[in-house]
Amino acid sequence: MGDAEIIDLGSRRPGPGEGSEPQSGTRPTPGPSDPRPDQPNAGPLLGLSRLASLFGDGWNESVAAALAFARSRLRGDYEVDEFGFDPEFTTQVFLPLLRPLVRSWFRVELRGIENVPKSESALLVANHAGTMPLDGMVLQSAVYDEISRHVRMLGADLVFATPYSHDLARKTGTTLASQEDAERLLAAEQLVAVFPEGFKGLGKPFADRYQLQRFGRGGFVSAAVRAQVPIIPVSVVGSEEIYPLVARVPALARALGLPYFPITPMFPWLGPLGLVPLPSKWIIEFGEAIATDELPPGAADDPMVVFNVTDQVRETIQHTLYALLMQRRSAFF
Amino acid sequence: MARVVLVTGVSRQLGARLGRTLADVEGVSVVGVDVTPPSHDLGRVSFVRADIRNPVIAKVIATHQVDTVVHLATVSAPTGPGGRTAMKETNVIGTMQLLAACQQAELVSQLVVQSSASVYGASPGDPARFTEDMEPRAHPRTGFGKDSVEIESYVRGLARRRPDVAVTILRLASLMGAEVDSPLVRYLSLPVVPKVLGFDARLQLLHPTDAVAALLRATRQEVPGTFNVGAADIVTMTQALRMAGRPAIGVPRSLAPVLAGTLRQAGLTGFSPDQIDELTYGRVMDVSSFTRATGFRARFSSRAALQDFLAATPPGPLSAERLEPLLDVVERRLTSGARADG
Repeated sequence: MGDAEIIDLGSRRPGPGEGSEPQSGTRPTPGPSDPRPDQPNAGPLLGLSRLASLFGDGWNESVAAALAFARSRLRGDYEVDEFGFDPEFTTQVFLPLLRPLVRSWFRVELRGIENVPKSESALLVANHAGTMPLDGMVLQSAVYDEISRHVRMLGADLVFATPYSHDLARKTGTTLASQEDAERLLAAEQLVAVFPEGFKGLGKPFADRYQLQRFGRGGFVSAAVRAQVPIIPVSVVGSEEIYPLVARVPALARALGLPYFPITPMFPWLGPLGLVPLPSKWIIEFGEAIATDELPPGAADDPMVVFNVTDQVRETIQHTLYALLMQRRSAFF
Repeated sequence: MARVVLVTGVSRQLGARLGRTLADVEGVSVVGVDVTPPSHDLGRVSFVRADIRNPVIAKVIATHQVDTVVHLATVSAPTGPGGRTAMKETNVIGTMQLLAACQQAELVSQLVVQSSASVYGASPGDPARFTEDMEPRAHPRTGFGKDSVEIESYVRGLARRRPDVAVTILRLASLMGAEVDSPLVRYLSLPVVPKVLGFDARLQLLHPTDAVAALLRATRQEVPGTFNVGAADIVTMTQALRMAGRPAIGVPRSLAPVLAGTLRQAGLTGFSPDQIDELTYGRVMDVSSFTRATGFRARFSSRAALQDFLAATPPGPLSAERLEPLLDVVERRLTSGARADG
C-alpha cells in the first residue's frame, strides 16, 4: 500500500515518498519539463501507468486482460449455463475477491483433497455453520484454487427470493437445493456441494457449535444414489467461530421473514463493523468417498437404504469434526 | 391422404406463417380462421372470417370437412379495446367453443394447441429447468399464465372424451425475433429499461421460425402429448440489456407492479403480475422430450433470436459500438504510458 504514495499525480515532481525508485532503477525521473502537450488530460491515467510500470512487464498483459474482460461484459458476450452460472465472472471477479479472505484471514487448510475427483462428478456433503453462509464460498474458493474445479452449491429458497443474493448465487454457480437440480448437475459431471443441515445448522446457537443438526430428508442421498456418484463427507472446522450467535430474536425474525435474526457479540452493536467475521483458523477435511454405485438397483427409492447412507455420512462428518477439534490448539491459531 | 387443416389465429404472424407452409405441402389444404382480416400473405390458405368465440366455428369445421385443428388464437397480452376481459374471453371462451366444435366433429382426428411456458409460473423455488411432468411451484394466478393453465385443462378434457383424437399441446417459450410483437419485445425496446433490483432473470427464447417448424412437426408427425418447445440455451436479462445497449434502472421488487401499471396506462408495455415474476426469477424449460419425440431442434439459440430482434431495432445509447472507442482510449493511455516509461 505504501506504493500509492510514490507518485505525486498533480505536479509530477519527485515526491518525498520516492524511496523505491533506486530499487526499480530503470524508470527515468520525470522532469518538470515533461508537459506532453498531446495528452493534456492524461495526468491521472499516465501517473497510474507509471506507477504500474514499476510492477514490471506483466502490466501490458494485465491491462489487455482487464479490457478484454470489460469488452465481453459490455457486449453481453459471455457464457452463462442453464443454471445462470457465469464462469467468467466467477473466476475473474468473485474468486479473486474471496482469495484474501480464504488465504490470509481464515488461513484455510485443506486435508484429503485427493479424495475429491479431478473430473468426474461427486457430491460433497458438508456441515453448515457460522450464521452467514460464508462456509460455502470458502469451500468453493479453496477447492478451485487447489484442483481448478468449480463447486456447484445447492442453496435454499430464501437465497433465491432475496434481491442481490439471487443474482450473486446464480452467477457463482449456486442453484436451488432440489432433487431435480442436483440430478441435473450430477448428470453433467459437476462437483456438487450440499449443506443438508440448512438453516438449522447455520443459525444454531454458539453453545451448540460443531453439533450436527438433523440432515434434512436425505434428498441429497437419493440424488447421488440415482446418479451413482460418490458422496464425499466434508468436515469444516473454523466456520462456527466467525460470527458467534448468542441470540436469535424470533419475533424480529418473523417480522422480517427470516429464519432467525442473528445477535452476535459484535452485531448489531457495532453496525457494519459487526459484519467483519472473526479471523478463526479453518480446517476443511475431505473424507473418503462413500461409493453409491454398488447399491442394489432401486436403492434411491428405498427409504431405508437412503436413511442408512444419510446416517453414515452424518456420523463420518461428526467424528471427523470431533477429531479435528481435538487437534486444534485454539480457535484462532 | 388428403388432409384439411384448420388454423385459428391465422391473421397473426405465427398463424400466417404456419398456414402458408402447411398449404404448400402436397395433399394438404388449409382453412385459416380469424376475427380480423389477414395482414400477412396467406399464400394458398383459404381464409374464413369467423370468431371462435361463437358456435359458427362448428359450421366451418363441418362444411370444410376438417380433420386437423391447429389452435393458435391465444392472446398473450391485453391489446386494443376491452383489455384483459377481452383477452380472457378470446383465450378461454374461444378455446372452449373451438373444443366443443371439435368434439362434435367426427372427422377431426388431430388437435394441436399452442400453449405457453407461462403455465409453469415463476418463483424463487423453481428448478433450473421444468420438464413436462413437473408441477409449477407457484401456480400462475393472473393474466396469460392463468389462461394457459385453463386452456390446457379444457384441452385435456377433450382428450379424455375423444380418445380417438391425437392431442398435442406445445408449450412455447417467449417468442423473440425481428417481426415479433410481444410484451417482452416492447419491454426490451424501452429507452430506459426498468429492471427488478437484485435479480437477473434467465430468459429462454424461441424464434418464430422455430415455433413454426415445431408446430409443423407436431401437425405432420402426430405426437400426442404435452411438450416444451424453446431454444436449448439461455440468456440472462443483464446480457440481453447489454446486447441491446439499453440502460437499465433498478426497481425494487415491491414497486414493480405499480410501475407495470403505469407503463400499461402510458401504452408502452404492460405486464401482469405473473409476467413480472417471470422477469424477476426467470424460467427455463427442458426441451429434450420434444426433440426425442420428433427430432426437432431449434435452429436459433436464445442469443441468436435476440440478435435477430436487435438487428432490426436501433441500438441503445450504451451499445458496444458507442462505448468501445472509450475503452480503446483507456487501453492506449494505460499501455502507452507504461511503454514510454518502462
